[in-house]
Amino acid sequence: MSSAKPTGAASGAPVIGPGHSLASVTDQISKIVLSRQTPTGWFIGLGVAMLGVGVLITAIGWLLWWGLGVWGINQPVGWGFAIINFVWWIGIGHAGTLISAILLLLKQEWRTSINRFAEAMTLFAVMCAGVFPLLHVGRPWLAYWLLPYPNTMGMWPQFRSPLLWDVFAVSTYATVSALFWYVGLIPDLATLRDRAKSLVWKRIYGALALGWRGAARHWERYETAYGLLAGLATPLVVSVHTVVSFDFAVSVIPGWHATIMPPYFVAGAIFSGFAMVLTLAIPIRRIFGLEDFITMKHLDNMAKVILATGMIVCYGYAMEAFFAWYSGSPYERYMIVNRMLGPYGWSYWALITCNLLVPQLLWSSAVRRNIAALFAIAIVVNVGMWLERFVIVVTSLHRDYLPSSWGMYYPTVWDWALYIGTIGLFFFLLFLFIRFLPMISIFEMRTLVPATGEEPPKKGLHIAASAGPSGEARRP
Amino acid sequence: MAQIFHPSTNTLSKVSIFGGVFFVFGALWLASEINRSSYVTQAGVVRAQPVAFGHKHHVAGLGIDCRYCHTSVEEAAFAGIPSTKTCMTCHSQIWTEAPMLEPVRAAFREDASIPWTRVHDLPDFAYFDHSIHLAKGIGCQSCHGQVDQMPLAWREHSLNMEWCLSCHREPEKHVRPPSEVFNMNYVPERPQSELGPELVRQLHIQGRTNCSACHR
Repeated sequence: MSSAKPTGAASGAPVIGPGHSLASVTDQISKIVLSRQTPTGWFIGLGVAMLGVGVLITAIGWLLWWGLGVWGINQPVGWGFAIINFVWWIGIGHAGTLISAILLLLKQEWRTSINRFAEAMTLFAVMCAGVFPLLHVGRPWLAYWLLPYPNTMGMWPQFRSPLLWDVFAVSTYATVSALFWYVGLIPDLATLRDRAKSLVWKRIYGALALGWRGAARHWERYETAYGLLAGLATPLVVSVHTVVSFDFAVSVIPGWHATIMPPYFVAGAIFSGFAMVLTLAIPIRRIFGLEDFITMKHLDNMAKVILATGMIVCYGYAMEAFFAWYSGSPYERYMIVNRMLGPYGWSYWALITCNLLVPQLLWSSAVRRNIAALFAIAIVVNVGMWLERFVIVVTSLHRDYLPSSWGMYYPTVWDWALYIGTIGLFFFLLFLFIRFLPMISIFEMRTLVPATGEEPPKKGLHIAASAGPSGEARRP
Repeated sequence: MAQIFHPSTNTLSKVSIFGGVFFVFGALWLASEINRSSYVTQAGVVRAQPVAFGHKHHVAGLGIDCRYCHTSVEEAAFAGIPSTKTCMTCHSQIWTEAPMLEPVRAAFREDASIPWTRVHDLPDFAYFDHSIHLAKGIGCQSCHGQVDQMPLAWREHSLNMEWCLSCHREPEKHVRPPSEVFNMNYVPERPQSELGPELVRQLHIQGRTNCSACHR
C-alpha cells in the first residue's frame, strides 16, 4: 500500500488516497478476501462474537422453554426490551439504504467506499431487529399468522393494526436491501472469481457472480437494475421508520400519540445509522489499512450528517416537551414531567447528554478530524439512541391514565442476554462478511481513480471498470 | 482462463431461476391443499367404533328421532352420547342374542360405558353450544350432513374455522324454520334467498364473528 499518511484539511480531502492505479485498488481490496493468511485479530474477533451468538442461543432457548415470563415485561409495561431493541436495530439499519440509494441518486460519489459495508450492516441489523418482535409474539412458531395467506381459519390479519404494517415495512425493507446489496456485489464477485486461486472458491464466487463477464451489455443492464433498485429503496428509507413510529403514534398513550413521531423517528434512525457506520468504519480502516479508501473526507461527511440529523432529533425532543405543555392535557403534561423528573428521569437526562450535548462537539472541525474523538462520539450516540427508545417505551407506559395501574419496569438478566446476544450475532455476521466478501466496492472505487491524477481521466462512468472483468490487463 | 463450469450450468441456472417462482408457489399451493384435504381434516372418513352402529338403519330405517339418543341437544352445549341403558331399552327385547351387540350387553352387565370414538370433536379452545344453534334454526344436517344416509358415521365437514365462519358470516344461506331442524330431508318452501333473510330478522340471528364468540 502506497501512503497511509493522514490528509490535511478534511473538507478538501480527496475521497481516495493519492498514488492509486486501477490495479492497486483491486489488489488492495480483493487481497483482504483472497489472502490465505487470516489475521489473528479476525479469529479473536470472530471468537468473541461467537460467544455472543452462544449467549443469544441460550437466551432464546431459555425463553422458549419457560415463556415470556423470564423477561421483565408485565402490566403496565408490556413492551420492554424487545421493542426498544427492535427499534434500535432497525434504526441502525437505516444508514445502509440512505447511503446506497439516496446518496447514489444525488451523485454523492464519496459514498462509494462506505456503501458496501453500510449495506451489509443494514442487512445484519435488520436480522437482529427481526429476532425481537418474532420472540415477543410469544409463540414464534406461529409467527406466520402475521402474513396474509389463504388459511383454514378464514381470517386475514388485522390490517388496521400498525404492528401488521410493521411486518410489511420491515420485510420489504429487508428484501430490497438484500437485493440491492447483492446486485451491487455482482461485478466484484466476478473479480474475485477471476482472482481466486483454488477451484472451490472460483466456483463459489463464480456461481454467485451469475455469469458476469463485464460485457458492455452487462454493464448497461447492471446500471439499469441498480438505478431501479435505488429508486425502490429511496422511499423505504422514509417509510420503514415512519411505520415503526406508527406502532407508537397510532396508540392513545401520552407520549406516543404525537404527530411529530414519524419525522423524528426517521431522523433518529439516520442519526443512529451513521453513528454505527462510523463506529465500524474507524476500526476497520485502521485494521485493514484502508485509510486511502475511507478517508478523512468520509469521516468528516458522516460526522456532519450525524450533527444535522442529531439536531432534527433534538428538535423532536423540544417539540415533545412544548406540545405536552401546549396541549393543555393533564396526562400529556404529567407524562413529560414524569419523563424528566420521575423514577426514570436519569434515562431522560442521559439521553439529552448523549444525543443533544455531546454531538455539538462536531461543530468543531478539529473534533471532526480527531479519529479517537469521532469514535467516542459515535459510541455515545449509539448509546443515546438506545436510551431514546427506552425513554419512549418505558416512561410512557409505566404511568399512563390510571394511577392505580402504575408500575415499574425492570429488565431481567434474560432481557440483557438477548440484547447482548444480538450484538454478538451482528458482529459475527460482520466478521464473516469482511473476510469472505469485498467490504468496499472494487469497481466503483476504480471509477474514482482518475481523481487521484495517476491515470488519464476517463469519460464514461464505468469505462475504467469495464476494461476487464478484473482489471488484470492493466496490472503493471 | 480455464472454464470453471460445465456448459450445462447455463441451462441449469436459467431453469432454477425461472422455475424457482413456480416451485415456491407450487409448494405453498400443495401445503394449503394438504391442509384442507380429508387426510388432515378427517372429513368423509368413516371412524371405527367398538360396535358397528348404523345411523342409517336407526334413523332412516326405523324412524328414531335424533333426540331419542342425543337427549341434551336442545338444552345444553353438548348433544350427549347415549348411555348403554338407552341402547338396551330396545336391545333387551330385540336382537338379544346377536353377536354384533355383545359389547353393548357386556357394558350393560358390567355397568360400564361403551368407549365410542368421537366423530365430531372440536378443540377445547373453541366454544360451541348445540342448543343455541337449534333454537336459531340451524338443522342437524347443516353441520353433520345426512346422518340418516350414513351406515357408519363420518365427519361431513372439515370443522375448520373457515367452515364455521362461512355460516356465521352468511347465516341467511343456511337457516331454516326451527320446527324443521331435525328434518333430514328438509326442502325450503320458498326460495332460500327470500326465506333466509326473513328468518334471520325473525329469530334475531346475530351471526357473531367476533373472536370471543367462540374463543371465550
